[in-house]
Amino acid sequence: MPDAADRPATAEVRIVADGADLVLAGRLDAAGTAAVWVPAMAAVQKGGSLTVDAAGITYCDGSGVALLGALRAGAAGRPFAIRGLQPGFQTLVDLVGEVAPPAVPAAPRLGPISRLGHAAYAMGGEAKRQVAFVGETLVYLTEAVRRPGRVRWSDFFLTLEAAGVRAVPIMVLMGFLIGLIMAFQSAIPMRRFGADLFVADLVSLSLLRELGPLMAAVMLAGRTGSAFAAEIGTMKVNEEVDALTTMGLVPVRFLVVPRVLAAIVVMPFLAMLMNVAGLFGCLVVMMSLGYPPVTFFNQLVGATTHLDLLGGLFKAAVFGLLVGGVGCMRGLQTTTGAAAVGESTTRSVVSGILLIILADGLFAVLFFYLDL
Amino acid sequence: MAADAIITVEHMRTGFGAQVLFEDLSFGVARGEVFVILGGSGCGKSTLLKHLIGLYSPWSGSIDIAGMELVTADEATRLAILRRIGVMYQQGALFGSMNLIENVRLPLEEFTRLPDAAVEAVALAKLKLVGLDRFAFHMPSEISGGMRKRAAIARAMALDPEILFLDEPSAGLDPITSAELDELILQLRRSLGITFVVVTHELASIFAIADRVIMLDKETRGIIAEGPPARLRDESRHPFVRRFFHRQAADAPAA
Repeated sequence: MPDAADRPATAEVRIVADGADLVLAGRLDAAGTAAVWVPAMAAVQKGGSLTVDAAGITYCDGSGVALLGALRAGAAGRPFAIRGLQPGFQTLVDLVGEVAPPAVPAAPRLGPISRLGHAAYAMGGEAKRQVAFVGETLVYLTEAVRRPGRVRWSDFFLTLEAAGVRAVPIMVLMGFLIGLIMAFQSAIPMRRFGADLFVADLVSLSLLRELGPLMAAVMLAGRTGSAFAAEIGTMKVNEEVDALTTMGLVPVRFLVVPRVLAAIVVMPFLAMLMNVAGLFGCLVVMMSLGYPPVTFFNQLVGATTHLDLLGGLFKAAVFGLLVGGVGCMRGLQTTTGAAAVGESTTRSVVSGILLIILADGLFAVLFFYLDL
Repeated sequence: MAADAIITVEHMRTGFGAQVLFEDLSFGVARGEVFVILGGSGCGKSTLLKHLIGLYSPWSGSIDIAGMELVTADEATRLAILRRIGVMYQQGALFGSMNLIENVRLPLEEFTRLPDAAVEAVALAKLKLVGLDRFAFHMPSEISGGMRKRAAIARAMALDPEILFLDEPSAGLDPITSAELDELILQLRRSLGITFVVVTHELASIFAIADRVIMLDKETRGIIAEGPPARLRDESRHPFVRRFFHRQAADAPAA
């Protein structure tokens, strides 16, 4: 037979004239409480007075105290007593008292118009901050061009290395694969028309005008925009941005300008890298179709002009501005706590890619009307 | 307020959203004193500090720093005010990507025309003042929390400010390091005449450094006691002040 102190908890409910008697016995720890919780709470539901006979309880920890507290809260307003509980446990039960969730003041229910107003006000505030950020960034970017001595070039070159040099392998790989896949996929249907020579035209034109800058920018948003947001967001959480402000240094000039400048400068190079790697991918497919490299080269030169290339690289620089800017903005918008940094990082990538696509659409319309 | 006041706050009212934090706050800090802001957790000590250094704007009222109005200041005045103050944040807020001397050099490079060698010398001197010259080329992540706070004081002193704001200098430090920091504060005040505004709730530290304290209170949204700490401890009749200085729990009978 097990030792009395190790006996699992039991609950027994006896109905008496004006209510119920609940006899609890055994070890009221987490396991024991779990076993008796449902029958014990059922005793409270019976109404009338409730007397807990606790003389048989050999041990009672936080869970047991919570059970007794919940019973007391459940019997609120009705006669309630605990009998025979060992004094040591009784002190604990008295200290905790009733266990019931605090009344949470209900948030005032707003009508649809008030909610619309609140949402509009919040959006207006957000829009105002974004406009202010864009304005401030442009002011300090202009200042950086006019007075290059005031830019923190060490930060600029560090970012250039992280966003540019270290991105070379992945950019080359991705560009090569994109060129390869595009050429291969278009070669199959075009071959049926005997037009597989023009795969080179198709791939080179779409790479130079669209895909090179676009894919490089998406990669930048994922690798660098997120890094900007996380870096500046962490500085914000650590009060480093506050420290800058109270030193009289403007966070935008100090943190944003070098990063955005680096993103603008690095993007045409990355896009060019993407273009060249993609063309190599295309060349591989063309050679497997039996065309010599010189044929591919002739098609390339015939299909594209230097304006296609320069337009694409210009777009790339604008994408760099957008991705770098939005990354820094999300970083500076970080509130407090580690979770906020994660949220800013996510938002920087999502809004970065969204902005790239929007800008690309605008460029398509613009280039069409400019006959480029 | 007193004629030699370096900070004068008058009728400041502020809060977050709809919640009022301070209803009508007025106090002054005299030049060269160590002024301590006290209060229970969550009563807005750090928030008050952030108002004094211009990070938050009050709803109404005025904050005068070294003869310049901060609340309505234009950009040039704000910069002029910021140049005369230094701030040590609770966790130090050193720039993690720079080593200690670069942290101290930064304000010197941005705001002075000192030649490079002079900037280096001044930064080293400041680090030496807080006893960290041997760690000049360490990164903030490579030194202890107490050292980080001392380095933050060195950075805050880079431009020789008239007022230093310290947010909980002794929080999270052992008693010895904390006492060393107190000693450093007193020494800087003695030798350089810096005015200190300190947020803390370490009793030992308060009695060691404070010339005068104000006690803030969540309930009354204002100041409930003002004066030298020893006088508040011995003479104040306010139950919260008595409990604070005698380290009693809220439901203990007032002595």
